[in-house]
Amino acid sequence: MIINQLTIHEAHRLLKAKELSSVELTKACLERICQVEPKVRALVTVTNELALSQARKADELMATGNTNPLTGIPVVIKDNMCTKGIPTTCSSRMLENFVPPYDAMVVEKLNGCGVVVAGKANMDEFAMGSSTEHSALFTTHNPWDLSRVPGGSSGGSAVAVAAGEAVYALGSDTGGSIRQPAGFCSVTGLKPTYGRVSRYGLVAFASSLDQIGPLTQDVTDCALVLNVIAGYDARDSTSVPYPTPDYTQCLTTDLNRLRIGVPKEYFVEGMQAEVEIAIKAAIRKLEELGATIDYEVSLPHTPYALAAYYIIAPSEASANLARYDGVKYGFSYSDADSMWEAMEKTRQYGFGAEVKRRIMLGTYALSAGYYDAWYLKAQKVRTLIRREFDQAFDKFDALVTPTSPTVPFKIGEKIDDPLQMYLSDVCTLPINIAGLPAISIPAGFADGLPIGMQIIGKPFSEETILNIAHAYQQATDWHKRRPDV
Amino acid sequence: MNFETIIGLEVHAQLLTKSKMFCRCSADYASAPPNTRVCPVCLGMPGVLPVINQKAVEYAIMTALALNCTISDYTKFDRKNYPYPDLMKGYQISQYDAPIGHHGWLIIEVNGEKKKVDITRVHLEEDVAKLVHCAPPGGESYSLVDVNRAGVPLMEIVGEPGLRSPEEARQYLIKLRSILQYLGVSTGNMEEGSFRCDANISIRPENSPDSLAKVEVKNMNSFKAVYLAMEYEAKRQRKVVAEGKRLVQETRGWVEEKGETVSQRSKEYAHDYRYFPEPDLPPLVLNREWVEEIGAKLPELPEARRHRFVAEYKLPLYDANLLTSSILTADYFEACMTRPPQSLSPKKHAKPVANWIIGEFSRLLNATNTEINESKVSPVALFDLVQLISEGSISGTSAKLVFEEMFKTGRSPGDIVSERGLSQISDTEEIEKDVIAVIKSNNQAVADYKAGKAPALKFLVGQVMRATKGRANPKVVNELLKQKLEEK
Repeated sequence: MIINQLTIHEAHRLLKAKELSSVELTKACLERICQVEPKVRALVTVTNELALSQARKADELMATGNTNPLTGIPVVIKDNMCTKGIPTTCSSRMLENFVPPYDAMVVEKLNGCGVVVAGKANMDEFAMGSSTEHSALFTTHNPWDLSRVPGGSSGGSAVAVAAGEAVYALGSDTGGSIRQPAGFCSVTGLKPTYGRVSRYGLVAFASSLDQIGPLTQDVTDCALVLNVIAGYDARDSTSVPYPTPDYTQCLTTDLNRLRIGVPKEYFVEGMQAEVEIAIKAAIRKLEELGATIDYEVSLPHTPYALAAYYIIAPSEASANLARYDGVKYGFSYSDADSMWEAMEKTRQYGFGAEVKRRIMLGTYALSAGYYDAWYLKAQKVRTLIRREFDQAFDKFDALVTPTSPTVPFKIGEKIDDPLQMYLSDVCTLPINIAGLPAISIPAGFADGLPIGMQIIGKPFSEETILNIAHAYQQATDWHKRRPDV
Repeated sequence: MNFETIIGLEVHAQLLTKSKMFCRCSADYASAPPNTRVCPVCLGMPGVLPVINQKAVEYAIMTALALNCTISDYTKFDRKNYPYPDLMKGYQISQYDAPIGHHGWLIIEVNGEKKKVDITRVHLEEDVAKLVHCAPPGGESYSLVDVNRAGVPLMEIVGEPGLRSPEEARQYLIKLRSILQYLGVSTGNMEEGSFRCDANISIRPENSPDSLAKVEVKNMNSFKAVYLAMEYEAKRQRKVVAEGKRLVQETRGWVEEKGETVSQRSKEYAHDYRYFPEPDLPPLVLNREWVEEIGAKLPELPEARRHRFVAEYKLPLYDANLLTSSILTADYFEACMTRPPQSLSPKKHAKPVANWIIGEFSRLLNATNTEINESKVSPVALFDLVQLISEGSISGTSAKLVFEEMFKTGRSPGDIVSERGLSQISDTEEIEKDVIAVIKSNNQAVADYKAGKAPALKFLVGQVMRATKGRANPKVVNELLKQKLEEK
């Protein structure tokens, strides 16, 4: 038994049986962090002492029997979720020294279960990017091939799970930021329906698209984490007051009566052949498991999703990031002659190039005289895409696509070509545009590099996609393979 | 060429909610030390989210209904983007194209004539922080930020450019403020900044539909300032045109000390606020039943109260108008009217009580810059004073002295009267001694009276009053004098 490679459900069973203590589990993860962190660089902050003290408390809690499956299990949290007293940098110079005086709702919920926080995960600055190369602090490396990117923006979270630094992680997904790195690192990553998980305390990138979700070693773990973090929060007016089911109840291997569509627009030009082959094979596996597959589904507005996304997300970001002016917290340029100069230089030096690019794109799209042509048009496209998904879901219970058109690319390969970088999210962006739930699960390898399959569901049908993903994992072992790092 | 003045006013009123617009912090920002009524939400910290204050929405609906607006079924919030250190998030949450209420009106009265002024919209937004600018002598100047005020609910009431003179502008503000006060949604205090007014003013050739360049005037901190600024601007714009120059569209600030407006920024530098729908707040669908419920609970408004005062207290319209223009004054008047014991009709003293409030009381309040509800004179005490006069217990002259003392000390009129020996003497025997003495020592006047010179009697009355230190009942003095003079 390699302790740090246990899943949540395995570790929970051992903790309950007193065959393992949270302190032992936590130490195993912290040792693993010491061992691999110099190679993968997944974590911005490692919270050694906090983790051990939380582990000791968790062991006491375990003794009372009043526990949750997450009690005492080490987690890594993406560094854009506020953690009281622990730096929350968003991997930006702007917030490098920012220590929030409050917890994000999801962090509050995890803490309520007595979890162990092992650290904060690296990301593309303010979640803008697909490779973690846009982290202002350092780049994270893919444990399957250290010369390649782990995906992004939740790259640090995905790597921490893949490399066994923590049992699971939280990420956030605005255009694929959980699913794409999950696919690139061969872990399970879920983006819940918009409104399913409270965004309170998640540093906003694009408010109408952002959603927090788990990155785990398998679907069962994913359901266990979702059980804790899902639910209405009065502090987030966009969270939805639907009851939260027990997501483990849907984890059957029975896919009979399920209708799955394969939208052809997601097998895009320029797609890597091995990815297409692997996904088609995975779909056949779903068919073997009892699902009815339709390979001829068309979602004709798909090609416009990327353009709409790169207007809506930067527009919202341009406002969301306006608060970083050096007046209240975070980086502040002090050697200025005037207030305006101080505010301008704070932003000039505090933000990286990709963040500035998006602020400028968004500011332009919202400007007088351009609003109708850009922002408003993009919102109309958004409505069309939503409607198209709604219609598809009249016929299907879920849609299946590749998570990304390629396997992980080389570090530095796309960093100077924003458009190529943006295209790595072409299969995941439309899901955020429509606010749907989607999960990425390991579906094979090409030359030792991971391939992810995306399963998309109707709004608030997380149970359906978890069921499909679980059935697939019961029939395959891709998710059990570990990188040799 | 003759020009017509076109004025439209935008009013921002702070709402009297307990908490702020989008968080649970107390909205009572002024009474607390700087930066103590704050939380991550109103500080605009990373990751926080706004939650709409339902009471603020209710207050805006009340106001919109009182201003005869149509209430939107579907309303939403938008982000108004501009950078400034008093704006915590770098954008203000406001309402752009779907305000709570729209297409309303109110009636003002200028020179006895009624006029309907259209209201464009009533919407909600949040206040900004307060900047305190410091310039120590010899040192570098700096600014401090007090975030207590950031996030306090603000209601913006935009009027159509339907006002035609500074006086109409003033009357519009008085009327609007009194409505807000009657609704209890705002203090309407302009000096403290809880009721702010910006004006758009332009001129246009008579009978022409097109105005010349529109000027926005800011920094007016009282009704008087609005009146003076509008008067100044109307003259200035006419002068510019008369000199053959072109008027420019710009923002100007009112400089109180100089009594003039000064250019602040021209149209080229106007902000592009890049409004877009607030993604953190779903659109607000206003439930019809809720709106109707609010409408049914609206309190009595100035117009209705004025008419009731005429009907119920038999007051002249003029008095009723003055009494009801401020809810504080109207409430004070009605509190006086609850004083009479069962046997007394409340209507009995309505007119003299009104006279005191409108006259002497108002004069002292203005002179000391006091609100009527903060005065030391309780409604009970004022009623009792009127009662003393009506019984003939004190004279009008004494009453004025007594009231001044009441205003200063808050003591009851009865106490003051007895302590200072001001009670009126109506006892004939007591006055008779003085009357006889005055007749004896004023032979000339007595002779004049007998010769038919009427003013002589007045003189003699005056002498008796003087001898009694003003305490004698003038009526009794008059009668006694006549009687004694006839006897002689």
